[in-house]
Amino acid sequence: MTHITLTPNIEHADDFYADLLAAHDGLTKPQSDAYNARLLLVLANHIGDPEVLKAALEAAKART
Amino acid sequence: MNKIFEVPMYPYARHPDQDEVTPVRRPVVIIGAGPIGLGAAIDLAQQDIPVVILDDNDKVSFGSRAICFAKRPLEILDRLGCGAPMVDKGELWNKGRVFFGEKNVYTFDLLEEEGHKNPAFINLQQYYFEEYMVDRVFALQAEGKPIEIRGKNRVDAIGAHDTHVTLEIDTPDGPYNLEADWLIAADGANSPTRRMLGLDFDGRVFEDNFLIADVIMKADFPTERWFWFDPPFNKGQSALLHKQPDDVWRIDLQLGWDIDKEEEKKPENVIPRLKAMLGDDAEFELEWVSIYTFQCRRMDRFRYGRTLFAGDAAHQVSPFGARGANSGLQDTDNLAWKLKLVIDGTADASLLDTYSDERVYGADENILNSTRSTDFITPKSEMSRILRDAVLDLSEQHEFARPLVNSGRLSVPCTYDGSSLNGPDELGGPERTRVGSPCVDVKLKTGYLLDMLGDKFTILTIDTDAPDTLTEAGITATRLALSTSDDPTGALHERYLDEASNGIYLIRPDQHVAARWDTYNETAMRAAIRTAIGKE
Repeated sequence: MTHITLTPNIEHADDFYADLLAAHDGLTKPQSDAYNARLLLVLANHIGDPEVLKAALEAAKART
Repeated sequence: MNKIFEVPMYPYARHPDQDEVTPVRRPVVIIGAGPIGLGAAIDLAQQDIPVVILDDNDKVSFGSRAICFAKRPLEILDRLGCGAPMVDKGELWNKGRVFFGEKNVYTFDLLEEEGHKNPAFINLQQYYFEEYMVDRVFALQAEGKPIEIRGKNRVDAIGAHDTHVTLEIDTPDGPYNLEADWLIAADGANSPTRRMLGLDFDGRVFEDNFLIADVIMKADFPTERWFWFDPPFNKGQSALLHKQPDDVWRIDLQLGWDIDKEEEKKPENVIPRLKAMLGDDAEFELEWVSIYTFQCRRMDRFRYGRTLFAGDAAHQVSPFGARGANSGLQDTDNLAWKLKLVIDGTADASLLDTYSDERVYGADENILNSTRSTDFITPKSEMSRILRDAVLDLSEQHEFARPLVNSGRLSVPCTYDGSSLNGPDELGGPERTRVGSPCVDVKLKTGYLLDMLGDKFTILTIDTDAPDTLTEAGITATRLALSTSDDPTGALHERYLDEASNGIYLIRPDQHVAARWDTYNETAMRAAIRTAIGKE
């Protein structure tokens, strides 16, 4: 089983969340979408491990 | 002055076969005198298998068409005796630029590895490519080799039988019939052979149109591959600029799906587009304009009884990545030696099924790569465009994003992993020369490795012993004895031994590795030879 952290792992989670919202301040919807896409790619590259990335793609799927 | 592609190279001439009441039986007939049909014919004729090439035309390719030829096909062509003039004439390149909007987001250098006889890529118009191959056919004829091209010979009907194939051929003098023990269909993406035999060609059609133009221009752009995503002169689409010999520049402009093709091809519509790209002051002349759409698809299998399909007739990919003609030549490289063994009675006809298996595997790899490139170049949804643009935006500042940019993954040869012809891999040697891989070239003190391998079964020994020849199941494998001291650069060691201090390779006539060990074992070698020809 590939290790992907799905338990709380972000220090000062509220601060990160606020930063994430702030990053979108003043952006139009297309700009925000583009920002999210760039952010996703930066984070994915940081993770690097293809197995972890696959597990993340799975974990992010909506439950039906 | 007439262009090379305007002059008949193999004009129609009446052949005695046309006067026979009973159709003449030929060992091998090839339909199509394009790069793939010519490649198959030259390969077989060099091995003294009589071949007849039929083509409904009598000239080389009209327009540049396939322009980018990669190392492995150049190595194959070298073995076929026509690689050198192509490399001499071709434009060598290894640098490229990627543009997004108005910005040159980055530049790349393919950094050629040392010790190879052939370059990573050349650009050469398909008409030159075919001309040099036709020259080679004529040279072989002059040497007395059994090869001929019949121009203006159009195949109108094909009958498939257990023991042979019948062909109804139309010519300027009227029809005649011919029979063939084996038929190679190299008649292109719209293969009439495929249609006449009622065979499927399944896959994905991409709803897009590309305008391609050959422009003659004295320009000081460097010999680099320039690729634009969403350029100001072709908003929302893509563009490619690449240099060919004789000051001919190849330009590809994506046009989208809902266009009037005939209208777009008119010079009064093409020229303003090119001016927007090249600048108002650019002085150029249009040599050739065409509009193409493309598909990524392949036949279910490439052998149907006594008919063998090769090149675009068997599989089609998008043009991004130069995987069309390049993969077709790998088809004929795979096919020719097998067909020779079957015709000689050394191998069973079932060996030809491995041609299909191995090249279907190669075609799937090419289709996968080319489909991914296409999905990047022409995003199919709003989100795929957002992600694509994010990659391009990031690529300017951050190196990590550049490998994600996909304007075509350039053709690399296929390793036949899992092929039934593969023998043991018991060397622990480098990944790149594992069993199933094409041999990698090395510059030795006495010449290049691939030249020494040739087109027969070879036992390559590196600092280990083996007999000079070994005959098994009708195959005589000849030893090529090398030592790591034959290559002071260390490339032989790095490419063929890695951790090991000595090694022995069994190499097929198409220069793919059939098996490898650290030392010679006669029983194992004999078994590997039988396996490599489908007898184990």
